[in-house]
Amino acid sequence: MSQRVTTVVIGAGHAGLAASHFLSERSIDHIVLERGRIANTWRRERWDSLRLLTPNWLNRLPGHAYGGPDPDGYMTAGQVADFIGDYATVTAAPVRENTTVTSVRRTDGGYQVCTDEGDLDCVTVVIASGACNAPVVPECAAGVPDGITQLTPFEYRNPGSLPDGGVLVVGASATGVQLAAEVRRSGRPVVLSVGEHVRLPRTYRGRDVLWWMDATGVWAQSYDEIEDLARARRLPSPQLVGEPGTTIDLNALTGLGVEPVGRLAVIRDGAALFSGGLRNVCSLADLKMRRLLAGFDEWAGIGDGPAGFEPTRIPAAPRLRLDLRGGEIATIIWATGFRPDYRWLDVPVVDEKGRLRHDGGVVDSPGLYALGLPVLRRRRSTLLHGIEDDARFVARHLAERLTPRVVA
Amino acid sequence: MTTTDNGVNVQALLDAREALKGAPEAAQFTWRATSTWKNGVHSTTTIQNFFGLGQEQSHKTKTEFTADHPEIFAAEDNGITPIEYLLVGLAGCLTAGVASVAQNRGIQLRSVTSTVEGNHDIRGILGADSDVRNGFNDVKVTFTIDADASREEIEALVAQSQKRSAVYDALTNPTSVTVEVA
Repeated sequence: MSQRVTTVVIGAGHAGLAASHFLSERSIDHIVLERGRIANTWRRERWDSLRLLTPNWLNRLPGHAYGGPDPDGYMTAGQVADFIGDYATVTAAPVRENTTVTSVRRTDGGYQVCTDEGDLDCVTVVIASGACNAPVVPECAAGVPDGITQLTPFEYRNPGSLPDGGVLVVGASATGVQLAAEVRRSGRPVVLSVGEHVRLPRTYRGRDVLWWMDATGVWAQSYDEIEDLARARRLPSPQLVGEPGTTIDLNALTGLGVEPVGRLAVIRDGAALFSGGLRNVCSLADLKMRRLLAGFDEWAGIGDGPAGFEPTRIPAAPRLRLDLRGGEIATIIWATGFRPDYRWLDVPVVDEKGRLRHDGGVVDSPGLYALGLPVLRRRRSTLLHGIEDDARFVARHLAERLTPRVVA
Repeated sequence: MTTTDNGVNVQALLDAREALKGAPEAAQFTWRATSTWKNGVHSTTTIQNFFGLGQEQSHKTKTEFTADHPEIFAAEDNGITPIEYLLVGLAGCLTAGVASVAQNRGIQLRSVTSTVEGNHDIRGILGADSDVRNGFNDVKVTFTIDADASREEIEALVAQSQKRSAVYDALTNPTSVTVEVA
């Protein structure tokens, strides 16, 4: 016999809890299902040194702001988990922890949500299970010779847990550059394979770059105003680290002694072959960064051109081939992105690339909603504080569906 | 609204992009060349037909290319060296990209010229040093562009044309090549 509830929210991270906040405000009875503990991903599935990329003053959830002593600092993963955990407490969210959803399917009246702790029948479902449930590893990993340790960011904890020897870090988004830097600082040789990436300085004209993006309205841009939304949603995370004043672009990394190479193309006969296009992906990133900074200056009425950033320095002849059998490389870290996991979703709303089909959080199946995905309704949806507007919208849409409007 | 005219039908390209998103089979093309040995290191290659959009297609005319080697290679120099055809391909592809991206961005071009240089250590092909590769050591392309745009916008055109170039990709990334005897 299934339990009945109006709304099931899947996932007790910041998105699911924000949804719960607005559902409670509207007195819509609901349950928040969490496979592990509240903010599980932050507690269990990230490396030790990870800090949030957004400064503390920017970290707010609906009705809950950072109140600590360091507004310009960056929370550790553990502090983020506690921040979200505190939010669950103050909002008295009806969270059911250690309950894994095994399937969601359509019924006549809505949806049946099956879990390892029993089934629920509901009218509406909010999917807030996260965008980064599993690491993405390219197919060519199958060609890595035996004897090389391969890690994803889910398994990597710190440099001390790596075998001695050189490390190939594949991917130069936030994850890749952060891991390349700390592994290099541990004394190991590091080769970093760089594809298209987003270069950003940590601070610009004395303020956090995210302050500028907030103030100039970059993040307020609505999803339906973005020319290439699919691209915006799959954009890699910027080369940032949560360390005050610390820029972690490729120039900083080569300064540490990290060797940049092109995008990993294939592994053939035990050798990694890299694209010869490193120079162009760096040019693209430099041009985009300068355009962004020029936009900040325009907004601020400063006319003398973006200040103080040199083009990315590239070796004269970046290596195109790295022998993985020669002993130079002991470990490969796949910092090649994350994907959501919807294997439990038995509703045909996932596209051929494994992404949820939705229009600003309204999923292509009546009564089904999504929250906590990149650029869901605005560019800032990708960030913690972007959830407020999104969750408010979804709760309103959901409520209107439950109570059809009276036409006067 | 825009009066930019670089002679590129960008709308047709954008329409094709949308149409092919849902029809990956139609997007599969096969380009074909047929080559015949003449004498010495001289050969001719003709190109007319290709496959795409689900069926056989044909260029308006057949084009013949002559490949040979210069006299300092002890050859007759009936035509350019095969590796120089790679420069032709790269220049043609990147230039087409510049024009297309400029059209899409509303940038009027007045002139686009480029020089493409491939640095080549021929000790590789001669077998004189086994550490030297057969192909180019590196390739350098220099564009000179006159357009209604800032230097930064022009640099962005050139960067974007590399990002979407078939020949740039074919030269910068490994490609699996099968050569067999029929």
